[in-house]
Amino acid sequence: MDERAEVEVDSAATTGPDHRKAMRGVTRQAWSVGVPTGAYGVSFGAVSVAAGLNIWQTVALSALMFTGGSQFALVGVVAAGGSGVAAVATSTLLGIRNGLYALQVARILHVRGPRRLAAAHLTIDESTAVAIGQTDPRAMRRGFWLTGLLVFAGWNLTTLAGAVLGNAIGDPRVYGFDAAAAAAFCALLWPRLKTVNAGATAALAALLTVVLVPVVPAGVPVLVAASAAVVVGFFGRSRPVDGGAEDGSAGAVEEEGA
Amino acid sequence: MSTWVTVLVACALAYLTKLAGYLVPAHWLSGPRLSRVTALLPVALLTGLVVVQAFATAPRGLTLDARAAGLGLAVVALLLRAPFLVVVVLAAATAAGLRYLGWG
Repeated sequence: MDERAEVEVDSAATTGPDHRKAMRGVTRQAWSVGVPTGAYGVSFGAVSVAAGLNIWQTVALSALMFTGGSQFALVGVVAAGGSGVAAVATSTLLGIRNGLYALQVARILHVRGPRRLAAAHLTIDESTAVAIGQTDPRAMRRGFWLTGLLVFAGWNLTTLAGAVLGNAIGDPRVYGFDAAAAAAFCALLWPRLKTVNAGATAALAALLTVVLVPVVPAGVPVLVAASAAVVVGFFGRSRPVDGGAEDGSAGAVEEEGA
Repeated sequence: MSTWVTVLVACALAYLTKLAGYLVPAHWLSGPRLSRVTALLPVALLTGLVVVQAFATAPRGLTLDARAAGLGLAVVALLLRAPFLVVVVLAAATAAGLRYLGWG
């Protein structure tokens, strides 16, 4: 990508040892975040075909949607027998945070035209987290692009592998793929449960879901559970008691713009 | 909606959401309450998805089966700071093992 070329020119222009150290540091971080994240696309591929999507629909989701939580959500609602509208609504609500990341990343990247369109596609949890974890502006930009591209490459390759594998082995329940999807949601949720407000939101959302599953159509309980965020956001504590990150953000990603 | 329509509409909305963040002025989404709600939204949705995926049965039932056991082991693995892939594989292996033994 030409972005890399620009980053190299930038770093040649600033040759202080601190700057070089920052650039080496961010490159290492990008790889250490990008490779494992890219690798778990295999679980998405397998879970998606187990939910009833075909290989090409699964591959299209990773290439075009490219935001793991929303992808798992969409296939989860489909697997539970929810309507297409419920699946789209759930995945879109879960993707709202990417728009908030974009607000922050836009101030770092200063991109226009085709670059902006590419940057938007790569705006996800991991690229944002690595970018805003840096102090040097050039290191921030390299962190965003390198992490985003590494995750994109890995995520798509392993999604295809997981989909082909999942498609080949027959009844997905025999291999526990339905339990794998539950665990995937839980692992995505886990790092966000660091504050009192987040815990209260999760408890209320779980209660709402359990109460609603027997009485409303599939797909609807999760959408209603989203209202837990509104209730706790409006009436919850304004400051976390432990002095940690504000609310349910993943690491330090979301409170930066608050 | 056919599955393809669902997939493509959801992809388009996901991309437009990301792009919107580059196009709107940053102050549109400021304010402590609104930022708390948007930060908590993934927590609420993911919790709902965990519950449905682990305990719901088609069309409108709740049950405790091998998936719940898989989820339980996943939580233990997360408490022990296991990486994502390990957590997911452990849950699948637990459920698969229990079903092989004839439970859930």
